[in-house]
Amino acid sequence: MGQKQALGKYGEDLAAGFLKDRGYSVIDRNWRCSIGEIDLIAKYKNTLVFVEVKTRSGSGFGHPFEAITATKVLRMRRLSAQWVAEHDSQNFNLRLDAISVLIRSGKVAIEHIRQVY
Amino acid sequence: MMKVMLATAHAVSLLGLSGTVIKVESEISSSLPGFVLVGLPDASLSESKDRVRAAIQNSGLVMPNRRVTVNLSPASVRKHGSSFDLAIAVSVLAAAGTISAGSLSGWVHLGELGLDGSIRRVNGILPALLVAKKAGLLKAIVPIANLAEAQLVDGLEVVGAAQFFEVAKLHGVNLDQRKGFAEPNPEIQSEPRPAISISTDQGFLSMDMSDVIGQDEAIDALTVAAAGGHHVLMVGPPGAGKTMMAERLPSILPNLHLEAALETTAVLSISETRSIAADSLILRPPFEAPHHSASVSSLVGGGLGTPRPGVISMANNGVLFLDEAPEFQKPVLEALRQPLESGEVVIHRTGGAAKFPAKFQLVMAANPCPCGYGYDTGRNCRCSEQSRSKYLAKLSGPLLDRVDIRLSIRPASKLQLAEARIAKKAANTSNEIRGRVELARLRSANRLADTPWTMNAQVPGSYLRKHFPLSISSGEKLNRALLQGRISMRGYDRCLRLAWTICDLAGTETPSAIDVSKAIYLRGPENFIEKLGG
Repeated sequence: MGQKQALGKYGEDLAAGFLKDRGYSVIDRNWRCSIGEIDLIAKYKNTLVFVEVKTRSGSGFGHPFEAITATKVLRMRRLSAQWVAEHDSQNFNLRLDAISVLIRSGKVAIEHIRQVY
Repeated sequence: MMKVMLATAHAVSLLGLSGTVIKVESEISSSLPGFVLVGLPDASLSESKDRVRAAIQNSGLVMPNRRVTVNLSPASVRKHGSSFDLAIAVSVLAAAGTISAGSLSGWVHLGELGLDGSIRRVNGILPALLVAKKAGLLKAIVPIANLAEAQLVDGLEVVGAAQFFEVAKLHGVNLDQRKGFAEPNPEIQSEPRPAISISTDQGFLSMDMSDVIGQDEAIDALTVAAAGGHHVLMVGPPGAGKTMMAERLPSILPNLHLEAALETTAVLSISETRSIAADSLILRPPFEAPHHSASVSSLVGGGLGTPRPGVISMANNGVLFLDEAPEFQKPVLEALRQPLESGEVVIHRTGGAAKFPAKFQLVMAANPCPCGYGYDTGRNCRCSEQSRSKYLAKLSGPLLDRVDIRLSIRPASKLQLAEARIAKKAANTSNEIRGRVELARLRSANRLADTPWTMNAQVPGSYLRKHFPLSISSGEKLNRALLQGRISMRGYDRCLRLAWTICDLAGTETPSAIDVSKAIYLRGPENFIEKLGG
């Protein structure tokens, strides 16, 4: 595993813990299909939450959220639809979230945005 | 848990000289970073997003990393240009909580931002601040390069800023928060002065009526024109001094009063070809002399998309001189008729319609025929009959009707030249004449105090006839001229106005019979153009 992938994996672990602490149950991780990957899928009450996690060490290249582009969000929508179809889980509300994990000199800052269109 | 992140700043959108105060509303929503600008911005304004982002970051401040929505309200008004940058930037920072939203109230922000956070000059500061003042916004932040212009507006608290962080500081940002930020290099800050500067004297000191030799009559006529604001046509051979005298007309006009000066300066402020130098409220009447190849839109006003003022609006409250008037294209001359009548011009473009002031004094000069020597007996003229009649026919009846004074100018005779040389008779200087003109204008303004007009040339004949009747002998004189067909009914009214101006210059109560004769002479015969053929 490369350094970048390791950082991404670490960030996703932190994000999953962050969600669990807030009452979400993480039901799937790194789900892949032909068009891409969903980092985290969690359930909160009657809502299925699809989460894109961005991890950065230092903000030299901008805030992690800035790396989540409109195309990326569009892909997440299609991915979430596919996930729902494959797992036959109707009657849920769907939501797309983004979580940024910023690691700087040993400190970790996690930000969570709900409902990113 | 959702904190409301909203703030409003104010800017001004100009269309011509009038404008609307624009609320620049910013909202920061909890979503992925982005910058959305709505509210009918044009292309140059849409680019503002990128300038604002860079300017904020390069001023050592933090651009919010959430979705920023900026709305320019009222959204129905088209907005253009870069002067909204500053208002957008402070509005965004206020929504983010970097500066307190409360400290923006009462302020209007105008200015273009550079990527380095510098604030650059924009056009139209003067009219924009007048709009803001009317709307009750009494504090303004403007680019330092526009500060002199901005200070012309009375009763406003104006601050000039060269850098965006100065503005942030003014709104209470603690600049020690700026991490590792070098003060900008002062050399980069200073902007070059605009190339063309307009000073208050406009070189009129170097041009004096006393330079003109042997044209006392014509100078007298121009004095009447200056005193009453009458339009003038001068027809004469080359070298008679038409151009020379017309150029010196502004030198005998009094200074503009404050309101007129502001109006004149405001037009120059929005025109893209001129810029207003420091300390320059334009107090001297402007003088515009477009070349005869000028197009309708350059003269009357035009512009791509947004309306722009033309030469006639630049000559507002001053003199518009058309040298070689018959050489202008016919549509150009005809386009002057409506503004001559109303003193303003409305320009319609896709971006909207704008009204510009166009209260100019028209001075036209023409040769009597294409070769120029068809005066007196016409012996030296080389033109065919056809080309002669065609030449002056360019000056249409409706246009000439609006011209009160129509002069036929002869070249100074040898005798006059000799007299001028020998007698060394001190010719009237512009200063002396201007003194008389100022007095005459004062008299007419006093007489017209209860009316919307200030100069005789503005007063309709019907009003003069009704409210300021002539004495019996003077009235007789004018009636006789009318009955004999020397003047038409319209000419009658023109003569009436002229007579009052002549009387104001003389300082008498009402026009005497001699004043009326002089007026009839200045008006020229009804068939002025045909008569010139000799």
